[in-house]
Amino acid sequence: MDVDKMRFSKEHEWVAAEGSDKMATVGITEYAAGELGDIVYIELPEEGTEVKFMEPMGTIEAVKTVADLYAPISGAVKEVNKKLEDEPELTNQSPYGEGWFIKVEMSDPSELEKLMSHEEYQEMIGKE
Amino acid sequence: MVKTIFVKSEKGRKGYRFSNKPIAIPESIPEEYRRKGGVGLPEVSEPQVVRHFVALSTLNHHVDRDLYPLGSCTMKYNPKVNEDVAAMKGFSGLHPEQSCEDLQGALEVIHVLENKLSAITGMEAVSLQSAAGAQGELLGMFVARKHFDDRKESRTKVLVPDTAHGTNPASVYTAGFESRTIRSGDDGEVDIDALAEALDEKTAVLMLTVPNTLGIFESRIDRIIEITHKAGALCYLDGANLNAILGHARPGDMGFDMMHLNLHKTFSTPHGGGGPGSGPLCVKAALERYLPNPRVTFEDGNYRFSYDNTDAVGAIHSFYGNFAVYLRALVYIERLGAEGLRRVSAVANLNANYLAKALADTFPIPYGERCMHEFVASGESYKKHGIRTLDIAKRLLDFGFHAPTIYFPLVVSEALMIEPTETESKETLDRFIAVMKQIAREAVEQPELLREAPHECPVGRLDEITANRRPVLAEPYE
Repeated sequence: MDVDKMRFSKEHEWVAAEGSDKMATVGITEYAAGELGDIVYIELPEEGTEVKFMEPMGTIEAVKTVADLYAPISGAVKEVNKKLEDEPELTNQSPYGEGWFIKVEMSDPSELEKLMSHEEYQEMIGKE
Repeated sequence: MVKTIFVKSEKGRKGYRFSNKPIAIPESIPEEYRRKGGVGLPEVSEPQVVRHFVALSTLNHHVDRDLYPLGSCTMKYNPKVNEDVAAMKGFSGLHPEQSCEDLQGALEVIHVLENKLSAITGMEAVSLQSAAGAQGELLGMFVARKHFDDRKESRTKVLVPDTAHGTNPASVYTAGFESRTIRSGDDGEVDIDALAEALDEKTAVLMLTVPNTLGIFESRIDRIIEITHKAGALCYLDGANLNAILGHARPGDMGFDMMHLNLHKTFSTPHGGGGPGSGPLCVKAALERYLPNPRVTFEDGNYRFSYDNTDAVGAIHSFYGNFAVYLRALVYIERLGAEGLRRVSAVANLNANYLAKALADTFPIPYGERCMHEFVASGESYKKHGIRTLDIAKRLLDFGFHAPTIYFPLVVSEALMIEPTETESKETLDRFIAVMKQIAREAVEQPELLREAPHECPVGRLDEITANRRPVLAEPYE
C-alpha cells in the first residue's frame, strides 16, 4: 500500500481509506512494529463492534512489552485479519501490507483530517 | 542443555518400594475421575533425583551468588536467621485447621506483624491474606468496588500513570474496572493537568506507585491526593517500592486510603521463583470493614480468627495466606528496629544514586537528577551500532550478574531499570560499573559479541519469540 495515501495517528496506527466508499483499513506503522520488536500476540476487536476515535481497541503483545492499540478512526469493524491469530509476525514483516489489522466502516470520515500525513508522521518520530 | 528428569527415567527403576496390595478406592469417587493408567512419574533412583536437582541449583542465578539488580523487584539478601525461625518445629508443625487455642503463638505473630506494618505505613488496618503484590492490588480493587457499591455510586474508571507497575492495569481489569493511563510530564512525575482532566464522577481510584518506576518521588503528592479526593475517588498506593521510604515517610500520612506491601521485597523474604509471597493490604479505618474474613483479633488475653465481618469482600486465599513468610518478615523487622529500617532506605537510595552517577556517561538517565532506590537508564545510543538493550542485558549474564529489568517503564526508550538494594557493598557496585562500561565499549567495538551473548551461561541465546508464540507447557510422558 502507498504510505503517501495513508493517515497516521500519534499512537502509531495508520488508516488507509479506500476509494469513495466509507471503508478504511487500519494497522500499525513500520516504526511501531520495529520498536515493539517481535510481536507474539495481537488482540483485535471482533467483527461488528464499534471502535471510537483514539480510544483503546485492543493490545499488542511483543516479547519485551505489551502495548495498547488505539482506534485511529471511529466506525464499525467489518473485517478482522484472521491470519494474525497464527502468524502475528506478519505485522513485523509487512506492517503496511499483509500485517494489517482491521477494516472499518467509518462513521465520521472527517476524523481523517485530524490525523497526520506520512511526512508529518516521519517528522514526529524523528523527534522521539 | 540439561535433560529433564523425565528424560532420565528408566522403566522399572525405583527409589522406594511400596506394597503391591491394591488400594480400595472409595465408591464416592465417580468412575470418570478414577485414574486408568500409571501416575506418570519419572522412574529414577534417589541419588539420581538428588543429583538432578543439585545440578539444576548450580545453574541458577540468585542473590546468594551475586548482584541481582532487577529494578522494582527489590532483590535484597535474605538473612538466614529468617529461615531458622521459619523452620522452628513450633511453627512449621502447625496445621491451619487446629483450634485457635492451640495456635496462640502463631496468631500472636500475625497480630504483632499487622501492628508493625500498620506503624510503618500509617494505615489503620491490615489484612495479610493476599499472597502476592498483584493479589494485594486485586483485593484493594475489590474493596474499592464494595466501598462505591455501598455508597450507590457507579464508578468504573481507575487511573494509572505510565510510570506505575505493570500489574496495576491487570488488577484493575480483573476486578471489573477499566484502566486509563495518565501520561507523565517531562520531569517524570504525574502531569497534574492530565490527571485533573481525567478525574471525573466515573473515577473510582487513582493507583499510584511511589516512588514511581523511574525512581522518582512525586514531589506534588499532596496536590495529587487532594484533587483525587475532591473528585470523590480513592487513592491507592502500590507499595512495591516502599524500600525507598521506610521510616522516612508514611503513605497513610500522605493521605492514601489503601496500599499493598510486598513482604517478599521490602522485608527480605525469598522471591524470584514465583512464590510463596505475601502482599498485605493496608487500609484506613473507614475501609477496614471491607477487609476479608478471617481477621485475627485479641480479646480477654486470647487471640482468635474472627469471621464476624459481615461487610467483608470474599476471601482471596485459603486460610490466612502464607504464614511462613510472615515469620521471616517479622524477624527482619524486629532485628532492624525503627532505626535500622530507616538506614535500609538510606543505604538503598545511596547505592542507587552511586550507580546512577557512575553510569550516566555511558547509559544516560533521561528522567531525574537524583533518584530514590532505583533509576532508569537508556541504551538508546547503542542502537546505531545495531545493539539493543536486550543484547546488553544478555551480555551482563556472562559476567555473573543478573540483568536489570528491561524495556520498562515504556516512557524511556531501550530502558534499563536498575535497583541495587542496600545489600550490596561498594566493591560489588564498582565491579558492576566496570562491567557496564566494558559492555558499552564492546557495543561499539565488537557488537557481534553482544548480539550472540550470553557465551558463558549454561545455555546460549534462547529463542524467546518461539517460546512466546508457540509455548510448550507440558512435557509429554510415555
